Amino acid sequence: MTDQKRWQEQHDATQLRDVPFETMSGVPVDPVYGDGPLPGQYPYTRGLHAAGYRSRLWTMRMFAGFGTAEDTNTRFKEILRNGGTGLSTAFDMPTLMGYDSDSPWAFGEVGRAGVAVDTLRDMEDLYADIDLGTVSTSMTINGPAAAVLAMYIAVGEKTGVAKTDLAGTIQNDILKEYQAQKEYIYPPRQSMRIVTDMIRYTSAEMPKWHPVSISGYHIREAGSTAAQELAFTLANGFAYVEAAVAEGQDVNQFGRRLSFFFNAHADFFEEIGKFRAARRIWARWMKERYGATDERAMMCRFHTQTAGVSLTAQQPENNIARVAIQALSAALGGTQSLHTDSFDEALALPSEKAARIALRTQQIVAHETGVTIVADPLGGAPYVEWMTDEMERQAEAVFAHLDELGDGSILEGVYAGIENGYFVGEIADAAYRFEREVNADRRIIVGVNDFIEGNEGNETNLLRIDSTTEELQRKRLETVKHERESAAVEATLAALRRAADDSTVNLMPPIIDAVKAYATEEEISNAMRDVFGTYVEQAIV
Amino acid sequence: MSNAPVTRVVLAKLGLDGHDRGIKVVARILRDAGMEVIYLGLRQTTASIVAAAEEEDADAIGLSMHNAGHLALAPAMIAALAEADLAIPLIIGGIVPEQDVAVLEEAGVAAILGPGAAAEEVVAAVRGAVSA
Repeated sequence: MTDQKRWQEQHDATQLRDVPFETMSGVPVDPVYGDGPLPGQYPYTRGLHAAGYRSRLWTMRMFAGFGTAEDTNTRFKEILRNGGTGLSTAFDMPTLMGYDSDSPWAFGEVGRAGVAVDTLRDMEDLYADIDLGTVSTSMTINGPAAAVLAMYIAVGEKTGVAKTDLAGTIQNDILKEYQAQKEYIYPPRQSMRIVTDMIRYTSAEMPKWHPVSISGYHIREAGSTAAQELAFTLANGFAYVEAAVAEGQDVNQFGRRLSFFFNAHADFFEEIGKFRAARRIWARWMKERYGATDERAMMCRFHTQTAGVSLTAQQPENNIARVAIQALSAALGGTQSLHTDSFDEALALPSEKAARIALRTQQIVAHETGVTIVADPLGGAPYVEWMTDEMERQAEAVFAHLDELGDGSILEGVYAGIENGYFVGEIADAAYRFEREVNADRRIIVGVNDFIEGNEGNETNLLRIDSTTEELQRKRLETVKHERESAAVEATLAALRRAADDSTVNLMPPIIDAVKAYATEEEISNAMRDVFGTYVEQAIV
Repeated sequence: MSNAPVTRVVLAKLGLDGHDRGIKVVARILRDAGMEVIYLGLRQTTASIVAAAEEEDADAIGLSMHNAGHLALAPAMIAALAEADLAIPLIIGGIVPEQDVAVLEEAGVAAILGPGAAAEEVVAAVRGAVSA
């Protein structure tokens, strides 16, 4: 069968949205243009689905979290009321690092950059009155990901939603933490055990769950180039595949549940080329190097967020334009879901109004611009195809380096690159290069090094988290500690310690038992710190 | 200037905040300007910073804050320096909303560098704080 015929069959089997597939002037348009491998066909350069966004728009998934669980629950409901189609949870720093709100480490940081979660009680309040059986949820957490997923499972159980029906994603991409985001707890290899345990557990028990969201976003925010973001992210993906395969998991089974998370930065065509190259590279490597035979295990599904680092504190309203253009690149790049940044995010967490404008921005791209009625509308354009090839070429050079570093194993190459400072060095070099170019006025950032009239005094109505949140959250924690049965907490933590010590035991069941006994996130993390040790980064500039 | 002692700057991330892009760029900017930079890295405490500042005979301390913890963390650092009887100027870089700038200055922070600060501003802020 020809590509065209197969494509037609796939397309015709797809349920389409009930909207006119014509331009605003009434010109009818085809679902796709061009020839060669079409959308929905290996290697998926042109997209994962034959009908593109004609069948389904991307999920509009807005990242939110601040203050206490109740504060964030209110914002979640606001997002859903306004047409958001998924939830995405931001946790505060102590939660992300495996510390409770009453830890000395938490001083000044409780509820500031995300929501504070210490125990199952907080998770119950966080998702109160939201039907976890119908909403999909993303949770951005890595070091303590297992404890937080366990809490989510427990909330589902308590509200009558079986874990088989829970849909969502937990970021759980620990490798990029050592490279960019720096929210690690344990050393890399011990962390990898937790990740592979979670992949195994969710593959067997949670068919709608994505156990790892392999993330370039933070690598890019930390200063990498587009090609480095692409290369490091996919290399991390290969590393997870190799780790899971090494302990006997089936690439076709867990491969279907892996997903990705990319940055949509300012350079429009470079980003589109990056997105298209990501799908092609992942498909080829999964098929050719890792022997996947199920097409779904070759598909690079990804979430996109516009570039926080591109937002300026100067003339912050200009950020609305930046976000719109970046969102458009994500749509043209074929993203599965999208978070659009709020214009005030260079200054503080998003205010309610700014978050609504950000959501409206992607709704405008989806419903007003017409880019969703043709799949991969830029496919075949010489510059776009060249850029896609160029991104792939640069990424392949990085893979070759890591393969060599790891003696034929990307997994070992990634570990080595973490240990020898390769990733952090490359990222810091790229960040510095960019900064110098801006500083020398070789690159213009509007409102920063040119066009600066209007920079004064337009900073109002920021979301402020005051220190009463910290006191309130500590009291909440104290209440839970007072009410829980301490013998059950001790017993479940002891069981967890034993499981951590025995690599043949999956960590998820004992962690679920511990959260149900209202063990705190820090207590659970400490049980594993005792066995796994902790990771300290060497400070290099 | 050539005979002047080299300015020694201790840079650190205080607390859990892991955003280290900015501070690493600042470290290189200060080095390019001829200063001696001692970067302590992530997850430092007020005690570890005080100890390093003493040991390194620092002329200035630069902390980077991106997680809105500055109103709690910067005064804690000032207090720790006072407690140790160290008169070393403290410079804060990162995300500090305009209305907090005066609060931090009142608390004793020598200079505050926001997003988009040019290299010359960074260098001038450190030189200014050291000579003040």
